[in-house]
Amino acid sequence: MTQLALVIDLNVCVGCHACVTSCKEWNTSGAAGYLSDDRPYGEDPTGCFFNRVQTFEVGEFPNTDTVHFPKSCLHCEDPPCVPVCPTGASYKRPEDGIVLVDYDKCIGCKYCSWACPYGVREIDEHQKVMKKCTLCVDRIYDESLPEDRRKPACVLACPTNARLFGDVHDPESQVSVAIRENGGYALMPEWGTKPANHYLPRRKQRITIHKDELVRADNPLKKEGVQPKPSITEPSLDDVTSW
Amino acid sequence: MHPAISVILLTTLIGVGQGFFLALYTAEVYAAVELLPRQPALFYVAGSLIAFAFLVAGLVASFFHLGHPERAWRSAARWRTSWLSREVIVLPALMGAVFVYGLVHYLDWDLGIVGIRTGEPSDLSLVIGAGATGLAFLLFLCTGMIYACIKFLQEWASWLTVVNYTLFGLASGFLFATAYAAYTAPSLVAFYGVWTLVITFAAMVTRLASLIRNSRLKRKSTLQTAIGVRHRRIEQKSQGFMGGSFNTREFFHGARPAVFRSIKWVFLALVFPVPVVLLYVGMTAGSAGPIVIAFLVQYAGLLAERWFFFAQANHPQNLYYQVVS
Amino acid sequence: MESRSAARIEVKSTTCYMCACRCGINVHVQDGAVRYIEGNPNHPLNKGVICAKGASGIMKQYSPARLTRPLKRREGAARGANEFEAISWEEAFALLEERLKRIRATDPKKFALFTGRDQMQALTGLFAKQFGTPNYAAHGGFCSVNMAAGMIYTIGGSFWEFGGPDLDRAKLFVMIGTAEDHHSNPLKIAISRFKRSGGKFISINPVRTGYSAIADEWVPIKPGTDGALFLALIHELVNQGLYDREFLVQYTNAAQLVNMDKSSSEYGMFVRAEVPVEEGCFDPQNKLWWDRNANRAVVTHAEGADPRLLGQFQLPDGTPVKPSFQLLVERVKDYTPEWASAITGIPVETIRRLAHEMGVTARDQKIELPIAWTDIWGKDHETVTGNPVAFHAMRGLAAHSNGFHTIRALAILMTVLGTIDRPGGFRHKAPFPRPIPPCAKTPRGPEAVQPNKPLDGMALGWPADPDDLFVDESGTPVRIDKGFSWEYPLSVHGLMHNVITNAWRGDPYPIDTLLIFMANMAWNSTMNTVEIRKMLNDKDERGEYKIPFIVVCDAFQSEMVSYADLVLPDTTYLERHDVMSMLDRPISEYDGPVDSVRIPVVPPTGECKPFQEVLIELGSRLKLPAFVHPDGARKFRNYPDFIVNYEIEPGSGIGFLAGWRGKGGEKFMKGEPNPNQWEMYAKNNCVYHYELPKSFQYMRNWNKGYLEWAQRHRLTRYAEPILIHVYSDILQQFRLAAQGKTHGKQPPKHLRNRIETFFDPLPFYYEPLEAQLTDKQKYPLNAVTQRPMAMYHSWDSQNAWLRQIHTHNYLFVNPVTARAQGIADGDWMWVESMWGRVRCMARYSEATEPGTVWTWNAIGKQPGAWNLDPRANEARKGFLLNHVISEELPPTPEGEHLSNSDPVTGQAGWYDVRVRIYKADASEPEVTSPQFPTLKPTSGQPRRPSWLAYLAGKKAS
Ligand SMILES: Nc1nc2c(c(=O)[nH]1)N[C@H]1C(S)=C(S)[C@@H](COP(=O)(O)OP(=O)(O)OC[C@H]3O[C@@H](n4cnc5c(=O)[nH]c(N)nc54)[C@H](O)[C@@H]3O)O[C@H]1N2
Ligand SMILES: Nc1nc2c(c(=O)[nH]1)N[C@H]1C(S)=C(S)[C@@H](COP(=O)(O)OP(=O)(O)OC[C@H]3O[C@@H](n4cnc5c(=O)[nH]c(N)nc54)[C@H](O)[C@@H]3O)O[C@H]1N2
Ligand code: SF4
Ligand code: SF4
Ligand code: SF4
Ligand code: SF4
Ligand code: SF4
Ligand SMILES: [Mo]
Repeated sequence: MTQLALVIDLNVCVGCHACVTSCKEWNTSGAAGYLSDDRPYGEDPTGCFFNRVQTFEVGEFPNTDTVHFPKSCLHCEDPPCVPVCPTGASYKRPEDGIVLVDYDKCIGCKYCSWACPYGVREIDEHQKVMKKCTLCVDRIYDESLPEDRRKPACVLACPTNARLFGDVHDPESQVSVAIRENGGYALMPEWGTKPANHYLPRRKQRITIHKDELVRADNPLKKEGVQPKPSITEPSLDDVTSW
Repeated sequence: MHPAISVILLTTLIGVGQGFFLALYTAEVYAAVELLPRQPALFYVAGSLIAFAFLVAGLVASFFHLGHPERAWRSAARWRTSWLSREVIVLPALMGAVFVYGLVHYLDWDLGIVGIRTGEPSDLSLVIGAGATGLAFLLFLCTGMIYACIKFLQEWASWLTVVNYTLFGLASGFLFATAYAAYTAPSLVAFYGVWTLVITFAAMVTRLASLIRNSRLKRKSTLQTAIGVRHRRIEQKSQGFMGGSFNTREFFHGARPAVFRSIKWVFLALVFPVPVVLLYVGMTAGSAGPIVIAFLVQYAGLLAERWFFFAQANHPQNLYYQVVS
Repeated sequence: MESRSAARIEVKSTTCYMCACRCGINVHVQDGAVRYIEGNPNHPLNKGVICAKGASGIMKQYSPARLTRPLKRREGAARGANEFEAISWEEAFALLEERLKRIRATDPKKFALFTGRDQMQALTGLFAKQFGTPNYAAHGGFCSVNMAAGMIYTIGGSFWEFGGPDLDRAKLFVMIGTAEDHHSNPLKIAISRFKRSGGKFISINPVRTGYSAIADEWVPIKPGTDGALFLALIHELVNQGLYDREFLVQYTNAAQLVNMDKSSSEYGMFVRAEVPVEEGCFDPQNKLWWDRNANRAVVTHAEGADPRLLGQFQLPDGTPVKPSFQLLVERVKDYTPEWASAITGIPVETIRRLAHEMGVTARDQKIELPIAWTDIWGKDHETVTGNPVAFHAMRGLAAHSNGFHTIRALAILMTVLGTIDRPGGFRHKAPFPRPIPPCAKTPRGPEAVQPNKPLDGMALGWPADPDDLFVDESGTPVRIDKGFSWEYPLSVHGLMHNVITNAWRGDPYPIDTLLIFMANMAWNSTMNTVEIRKMLNDKDERGEYKIPFIVVCDAFQSEMVSYADLVLPDTTYLERHDVMSMLDRPISEYDGPVDSVRIPVVPPTGECKPFQEVLIELGSRLKLPAFVHPDGARKFRNYPDFIVNYEIEPGSGIGFLAGWRGKGGEKFMKGEPNPNQWEMYAKNNCVYHYELPKSFQYMRNWNKGYLEWAQRHRLTRYAEPILIHVYSDILQQFRLAAQGKTHGKQPPKHLRNRIETFFDPLPFYYEPLEAQLTDKQKYPLNAVTQRPMAMYHSWDSQNAWLRQIHTHNYLFVNPVTARAQGIADGDWMWVESMWGRVRCMARYSEATEPGTVWTWNAIGKQPGAWNLDPRANEARKGFLLNHVISEELPPTPEGEHLSNSDPVTGQAGWYDVRVRIYKADASEPEVTSPQFPTLKPTSGQPRRPSWLAYLAGKKAS
């Protein structure tokens, strides 16, 4: 069974919001459209988006990490938003695991949004139906597109390639390998929703330099008749001994 | 959660309707076994009409909650999985039963019309009433479960939610019945009044229990599990947008902390001691006025209680929507 | 869900202009409306990706802030009141023609043309030159000229659009003072690939956001102190012998001998041998080494010679000399890590470790590519080698008044590590490397400005010595911005930030007409906003405006537009032809020149007209030689026609576009005009990419093949080595002039000291000028801004999608710093400099160095500007830091006004301002301060909808 999903690599996400607006752009004129905005030029502008990028600070100065954190529907394998829907408008497709809303059935009761712990469903205040990430279902199967462009808009947009797309049930897929090899994890595992989307954590690179690597036989200073010197302030026996 | 007026009205109004119907029916059953005097048909006819009206009012209020009320019929589709869907089925069923119950009294029908003769004059209404009673309790269960079944809304995810919905419905319904009886059947005032006191007390006990439970809740979700970073100190700097979104409007009550806290004391006072005192005054003085006021006060308290019920629920999604910049 | 009919969708490629990066885009147009803008997968720059801004182009195209008709200030209305009447283009042209004709016939310098973050400096510059005015510049002077000048005067190329880090091969990447940058998407692509291939990424920045967020190590630094850090790093590298000796010897002037005879007029200059010199502007290769084998001076690069880098020697004539590297070593001797630590706030061990990581990685992880090449001295090399330590830096270094020397220190650090135009290090982008300095020169005096004549020289150029300055006999500047004067000698991009103040003051002279194109000089691109706005509206005793006539060409109703006497509504990037020309700043890649074009995908809105067309029309009407035939008849039908047929000199074969030249499109770089050039660009994703042979792609400063190729294709005049100026004798010449040791131009007395101090041939550290003049007890904090990735300067507050991401801004403060002032997270507070104060909201941030406060740039707006609701958050909670930044330093005791700029380059010192912060009083209103009057919408502006539901091809609400 296929389960399509996004894998988001926090190790390279720079928080540029490309995935946010490209999603809006694709979907507002797409099968999910429109996505309305209120007070677009006024006070507290607000609108319906499927994907948001948030920022968190971890730790205290100077050991601070800034984490950019994109979030859209995680297409849970056991999606609590689906069984609660009274109309059946919210459903999970058996063939690819995408969780969708059928706008023609949705009564806009918002109950599904209550049942999603991740805060990724947004009602369209003008169409009055519940909307959410569709995994760009209207792109990924569109055979009029070249094959390498049959991907979600946000994935194509992402300049850092932090968004990977594929089948997390296929152990050989790029996404499964990425999850397996990089410690991919799911959000709020405590609820047993089994999100299909996964996140890859920060991985830090360090350089180790051994003292004896600093000075080498072919040190260019020797050519000038100078030997590399420890700095004058470096501790020496002079500081601690008194004969 | 952001308390929606439509949902507050829905749950409180149908609660009164359900409770009041149950009060009517209880009186009828007691009368059938001759523990209470029988009431004229009009008592039941008018009573069930009023109960029916409460249920209709609740239903009407609920429509305001929907983006597409014209499609409301669709919401019966998922009764196998959705408590909301079940409620949507049970509520009209109950309305129908209550209506028929009143009609039977009005037409003075008995089981004779289906060829069964028991000799008991209200046998048909007793049967229908029994069915309606089942539906009324089922409805309490559905309404309560709509909230109790969402496991990560930890304030709600408890059997106390169902019990409270039931007891509040019963208390307000019986109180209403007391007031109703004060005008139409003074002999029932004491009966209803005492039940009201008992149920109200029970409701107070279970509601306090849920308040205590909620104050001791340990959040299962934290920022750490929300973003999957293990560190003591994580702070959101930006939720990704500044002017608000559905996620900030629907899941935050938006009231200032002082208002939020005071509403708790308001509802605790208005739902329990104040109506009890008024009811007692009305019962002992034998006057209807204080009892009516008792009901109005308690209903107002229930509105506050429901507001608080929603506002107090802290949705884990809120972890993601804390700060703009 | 079914997909909406694809049949009605047309896909057209063009070039994005939601920022200066210029990615390739494919625009999907459905029933005439823009449906989807995606990155063009076949574009060399962005390879299919797009950014937040690029993907929001639809909301720019259909923004209600669009100007749609030419406007004239209503009779009697004050400037800034935004009261206009619509006029026809014919009226607008007639008005301009009459006025400009008169100016040109009398005193062409009274016409000033300044342009902002535009990408058509080749055309605007040509127009100004043809008009005959010296008063032309673009944004560079207030943007990052320190970066351009500091590096180009050192290595012949620079970061910015001229070169960058080779992250495909680097192992260690050090990014300094960069938030978003012009190479926006490509840098993101590269950083991500770099991280995934296991490199270590270090960010040196007082703030950790954006790119820095994903750095493996964040090194918080106090603003304005990077020079100290770099000098200490060089100190440590030199002390440890972690420098690339071979590289320094062969490819830089490190081994060249400097005259140390204090009494000589040649003191501090390289000693030159008597070698026959070829004619030209470029540096003759006649300097000396001290050969260790022969133990005597020899001409550099002499066969078999092995020069000394250290030591002091005596020439046969007794002249004491030292290799310039020796002088560098002496210079950094006292710049110890301990010293730098106290200034930068970076722990000593960290500074040492950074030096060691750089030095050891460069030395031990050498890259060797099997690419044979020949150096300019004729020596064959079988491989191209590289030291995989790459740097990138931008305005965090540039926007300080010590930036020039800081950036020179950085360039020298990169050189010492041996990383210039080598794999894994810094790589040039065509048309760089250029000779040091590049050949273009401004005129040298006021006689170059003559009525009815083109300017005799370039308005902007690269002074090679004091005689190249653009001043009159007394040393007074010829340019209105005082560029190329003794105050800012190497101001190679001009000083746009001083134009309004100088014109208002009439110093050095009053002007008549100021034409501003694509710059919001009444708001976010000006310093001292409040006063500048008064100047724009100020009148003399006779009641005449001090700046008599202001013309603004803009696409949107910006704050600047409200000050115009005449407004020219421009098209958007989706509506016009445009070129990213080799004559300007093309989008070249490391592997070769790239230029590109825009081709309209939708028709112009209303009466909008591309400024390109406006210039061609005006040029023709004014009969500027480049735009008319000798008989005065118009030469070019329109802009596309101009682009195809214009040649920099008739018959030169060099024009705006490099691709598909020659009659049939068979040539590139140089060739006759090709009538089908636009079609060929259109067919090829709107981009021309010439990939150099591999052997020409590296070591281009000294690569014979490349230099000769570049010469043949007229990228450059000379095929001579471009030796790196570790030691700058160019700067020394200015110093000598200041010391009165030269025969040519000398600085006026009051500037001698300044020139002598700042024209140091080796980099040195000094505290930014404004800080030196500030009471730092009173104003202890540094205030800086950063670009948000999802906003381009002030452009995007009219963009319905982007403004939801940045609706207003906060001042980010380290909690420790804020708490010390009793400021809680989210509080209203004041940020105050010696120039003024702004009320804003505080946001705690642990990712901010405690001595620094910062905010996102250009979010705040004047109420009603950009057709926003006057109550919009931008105007009530959003703020500009510009209100507390001055365009001038405090006047000298003699009452002299100096720009708040780098004393070498005139680069605006945006990030020098010192501030203090305190909590706003509880009784104060919760809105930003200063407040400005509300602008009314201008005539012809589209309605501002209360809600929006964009659905391409259907009527949007
Ligand atoms: N999205 C977007 N992209 C843009 C632009 C835009 O407005 N929006 N503008 C374009 C333009 S015109 C330009 S010039 C470029 C500029 O691109 P950048 O040079 O990246 O511009 P800034 O945002 O000024 O970033 C300056 C950085 O330097 C840091 N900094 C400040 N002072 C110091 C210092 O003394 N030392 C160090 N080490 N760091 C310091 C700041 O914290 C900030 O991170 O961006 C271009 N790209
Ligand atoms: N405090 C602070 N101030 C800064 C900086 C900083 O870091 N801090 N950065 C400085 C730097 S580096 C720069 S480059 C400047 C940039 O400053 P400016 O060049 O002034 O940039 P903007 O204000 O964004 O844009 C100028 C105008 O271009 C208009 N425009 C947009 N698209 C078009 C078009 O297609 N045609 C025409 N004709 N007009 C168009 C916009 O409406 C706007 O009015 O800001 C500087 N200001
Ligand atoms: S993330 Fe939320 S909306 Fe998406 S499938 Fe899971 S529960 Fe449903
Ligand atoms: S809002 Fe729509 S999708 Fe969600 S539960 Fe209600 S009917 Fe289902
Ligand atoms: S997959 Fe498509 S719908 Fe989902 S966030 Fe990405 S662009 Fe939006
Ligand atoms: S587009 Fe990519 S890098 Fe940018 S915010 Fe989204 S996931 Fe992060
Ligand atoms: S980086 Fe600049 S040019 Fe490229 S897509 Fe974004 S806005 Fe457009
Ligand atoms: Mo800039």
